[in-house]
Amino acid sequence: MLVPGVEIPHLCAQCHDYPCVPSCPVNALSVSNETGAILVDKEKCISCGKCIDACPGNIPFLHPSDNKAVICDLCGGDPECVKVCQEAKFNALLAVRGGRENINRKLFAQTPEELTEDVAVNLYGEKAEELL
Amino acid sequence: MPRGYAGKFLEVDLSSEKIKDTTFDEEILRSYVGGRGLAAKVLWDRLGEKWQTVDPLGPENLFLALTGPLTAIYPGARICISGKSPQCNGIIGSTTSGEFPSELKCAGYDGVIVTGKARSPIYILVTDDGAEISDAKHVWGKESLETIRILTKEVREILEKKHPGVGKWKEPAFIYCGPAGEKMVRTAAVMQKVSHGAGYGGYGAVMGSKNLKALVAKGRKPLPDVASPGAVKILWREVDKQLSQRDRTWPSAWGTGYGGYDVGAKSSSEPVRNWQEEWHDEKSFGGPKFDFRYWVKRYWSDFNCSASCMKLAVIRTGPYKGTITDNPDYELQAYLGPNLGIFDPGKCIYLSALIDYLGFSGINGPNTLAFAAELYQRGILTKDDIGFELNWGDVESFEALARKIVRREGIGDILAEGTYRAALKISEMKRVDVTRYAVHVKGVEIGAHGTRSGQDFRPAGYACSVQCGDHTSGVYDAYEDMRMVFLDSAVICSFVDQELLWDFYRAVTGWNTTQEEWNRTLGHRIIHIQRAALLFGGPDLVWDPAIHDDNPPRYYEPLPSGPYKGKTTDRKTVDEMKKQYYESIGWDERGIPKSEVLKKLGLDDVDRALDKLRK
Repeated sequence: MLVPGVEIPHLCAQCHDYPCVPSCPVNALSVSNETGAILVDKEKCISCGKCIDACPGNIPFLHPSDNKAVICDLCGGDPECVKVCQEAKFNALLAVRGGRENINRKLFAQTPEELTEDVAVNLYGEKAEELL
Repeated sequence: MPRGYAGKFLEVDLSSEKIKDTTFDEEILRSYVGGRGLAAKVLWDRLGEKWQTVDPLGPENLFLALTGPLTAIYPGARICISGKSPQCNGIIGSTTSGEFPSELKCAGYDGVIVTGKARSPIYILVTDDGAEISDAKHVWGKESLETIRILTKEVREILEKKHPGVGKWKEPAFIYCGPAGEKMVRTAAVMQKVSHGAGYGGYGAVMGSKNLKALVAKGRKPLPDVASPGAVKILWREVDKQLSQRDRTWPSAWGTGYGGYDVGAKSSSEPVRNWQEEWHDEKSFGGPKFDFRYWVKRYWSDFNCSASCMKLAVIRTGPYKGTITDNPDYELQAYLGPNLGIFDPGKCIYLSALIDYLGFSGINGPNTLAFAAELYQRGILTKDDIGFELNWGDVESFEALARKIVRREGIGDILAEGTYRAALKISEMKRVDVTRYAVHVKGVEIGAHGTRSGQDFRPAGYACSVQCGDHTSGVYDAYEDMRMVFLDSAVICSFVDQELLWDFYRAVTGWNTTQEEWNRTLGHRIIHIQRAALLFGGPDLVWDPAIHDDNPPRYYEPLPSGPYKGKTTDRKTVDEMKKQYYESIGWDERGIPKSEVLKKLGLDDVDRALDKLRK
């Protein structure tokens, strides 16, 4: 929440061209055939942070405990975060299934600053400018 | 260190700029838990002997921000703010919700204890790497939105610089004081997010007195280990299910604001024009009038909670354009609505946002505004005294007065001392007793729930409470009341279902504490310490239970309107309830905790200190 009231989930959107994958100098990233999610091979990861820079939304991060890259793996296809959100009937998170070629996923790979700006303008109008 | 705790407390002496880690023995933690309980213990141990001489706004007072073992683990995380209260001169545990407590625990600290006074404005930054004191001159005087904007940006940059290349940092969390706190206004709150205040107690003023603008926390470590992770996982899921599967009425869908109709129109106990009335026929002022027009987000919660009692209210057009606030919740709807003679939801939102931006407590601050307006209505305060007319319902005047209080300008300087202290001063100034218009208990302005109709709060609920005017801690009996003491000590929210609370507590901490033990023994210790501090009071005001364990005079005037017209608080009932409560909690007929009771509870030091008052 960079602006009061604007909470932004900041998660991997599975871009069609996966810019993070070729950015990895040690081939630690791969794409799951079943789910289309990025899989991180922690053994190979050298914590260089290149995938973070390559991602249009700077979505990956290095986990504080082992310093290895973290990218959403969709929990194997049935994401837990979506389950609790649906269970609580907030419906803020949604797993987009199937039809991968027809969805412009890359548009959703944005930095938290960009996402915040858009939502803040939606909620607050002109006032958002002052808050950013 | 027991489970559920991060393991250490941060202690900062601002005078010498020394920072160190402190721990407490397991026995103390098991007994006092955290939050309000531990704060009472720490305050009494350190200041008890000289309590009466400690100036709450002086460097010798402590500022405590403490979590508890359930904080951030049980849904509904809060942090408890305490110290010697500049309102009642006793100890009040005042809680506020937000992400600060979870960030603090993730950074490895269970709480922060601040002593001394900084030479110039500072803020304390707490991260995984420890704590540091940073300059805050650039945010001193800034209102909340601006403070949040500047500090969020600044701290993220500091963190990114310190740990480059690890990815984007989620924003840090703060507790801070607004301009009201900086000017040591006694009704100032400790703020969190944009509109969440720890209001009762006036601890914003304590922050201001220490030149402490904010505490900022960002932790990247995991939450503390729990004793039985498997059990906690199952229990958490159950509690969350209860929260998320509530029948989407109150407070999930509607916030506490819908209570306005229950309390205002149905049970007739909502303050109207400084409590001169407690009924209005503005149907459901607290309901759809806010919801349909102004809420842009209906489900909003703090970390780890699906209660979603927060609502995001925004005014997009008109004279109040650009106002952003939460809800407002019932208390603020009442205190910045009917109690100021305002029955327009847009105006109410505008004023409640303003009160938050300035860092007032949303109950205590507006109570003083309404008190001033009644004095104006009665001709005791005049246009010359105030500087402008102060008519009921006049938003611009109330805004001007609030700003005057924050600047401590003219009458504002007197009103900045809170309703009761201002009443004493104005009585002296005008040679007429105005304390009968002051709605407070022991210096703490009362929450928006009256006692006169008999449909809402109990007649002696506020009078005997060690938290004074706090509407969340009204007394009923010496057993049931301990529930709130526990929630304030484990520091969780009272809106979260509590059927599994004790199982949860044992699974987190690994202790065998039972509800019975808490309600009969442990909770009582905290109440007695708070009571002792309150009885000593000082240095400016001292309370006599025979006089001050009572409702404000207004609560004995008959209700002039509404379905309960003519009803009032029965003094005989109050006296009876008071007597019963004294007996059940173990206080003598003068309201002083009995020696044998204290000795049995192992509070020998409190007992010895109270000997002075027993003579």
